[in-house]
Amino acid sequence: MALKANEVKVGDTYQEEVCDNLSRTQIVQYAGASGDYNPLHSDEIFTTEVAGYPSVFAHGMLSMGMTGRMLTNYVGDGQLTYYGVRFTSQVFPGATLTAKATVTDIREENGDTIADIEVSTTDAEGVEVIKGKASAKLAP
Amino acid sequence: MAVDKFPVESGHVMMFARSIGDTNEIYYDEDYARSTDQGAIIAPPTFVQSSAQFDPDYFLRPKVGEEWFGSAKGPTGITKKKEGGGGGGGGGLHAEQHYVYHRQLKVGDVLTAENKPGKNWEKEGRRGGKLMFSETVTEYRDQNGELVITATGVGVRTERPATSGDK
Repeated sequence: MALKANEVKVGDTYQEEVCDNLSRTQIVQYAGASGDYNPLHSDEIFTTEVAGYPSVFAHGMLSMGMTGRMLTNYVGDGQLTYYGVRFTSQVFPGATLTAKATVTDIREENGDTIADIEVSTTDAEGVEVIKGKASAKLAP
Repeated sequence: MAVDKFPVESGHVMMFARSIGDTNEIYYDEDYARSTDQGAIIAPPTFVQSSAQFDPDYFLRPKVGEEWFGSAKGPTGITKKKEGGGGGGGGGLHAEQHYVYHRQLKVGDVLTAENKPGKNWEKEGRRGGKLMFSETVTEYRDQNGELVITATGVGVRTERPATSGDK
């Protein structure tokens, strides 16, 4: 169900835990579905011995995808007009992430009521891994 | 990613939704999807990233008859060790991603993807030395040539592995 204009005001927040103890297998699932088989995300030997990272880490797009789930659960299916993020920190296996939306503006555009939303996803230590924005059409 | 034909298929949408932990029925149950305002199975907001599957030259997928830079018996399948290049492994890291949605993408749509070069810039990083950013704008159009999603990706290459975590 789409979020209704009369149900939302500037300053409202909504949050969801989007992953709990992220498994390497879920990262592999994402590689398989998305087609991004970069060994940095699933191949520990390559990642530590050749690329020089401490461990494999999640695709940024996996974190963005999981965060997007929080957004569509909040605003409803098919309501987003914009969704953009910066990947501010790497996400390693074992991460527990919480994605949060904060409504920053409600405005009219071409006859639609649009909510502008600030998006932030943080890990269990409070480190922000995704910082972004979204806009969504609100139902009348 | 430049792609001539990216058919949005229900099995692919289901697998993609599972991989991001999204159990919303609208991504796999056709009967349910038909009963909603959308009227069909729709694609999650970041689904077009998987157009990589339909790019015949996508460099982050192993290909028959070609060496793969990930590990096999040894830590990399590349026989000749190339020097330099720095960290980041497979062509740098993803710094930003933006999507503008012109309409909702649905199962049954057949997309094309066309790349337009974006800006390039440099920045001095704290951990990875010099950071080189480059932007790519991808226009996803449907079977009627209508724009469905405009995607802007920003990649970053680092002089040495840039890790924010200490794990």
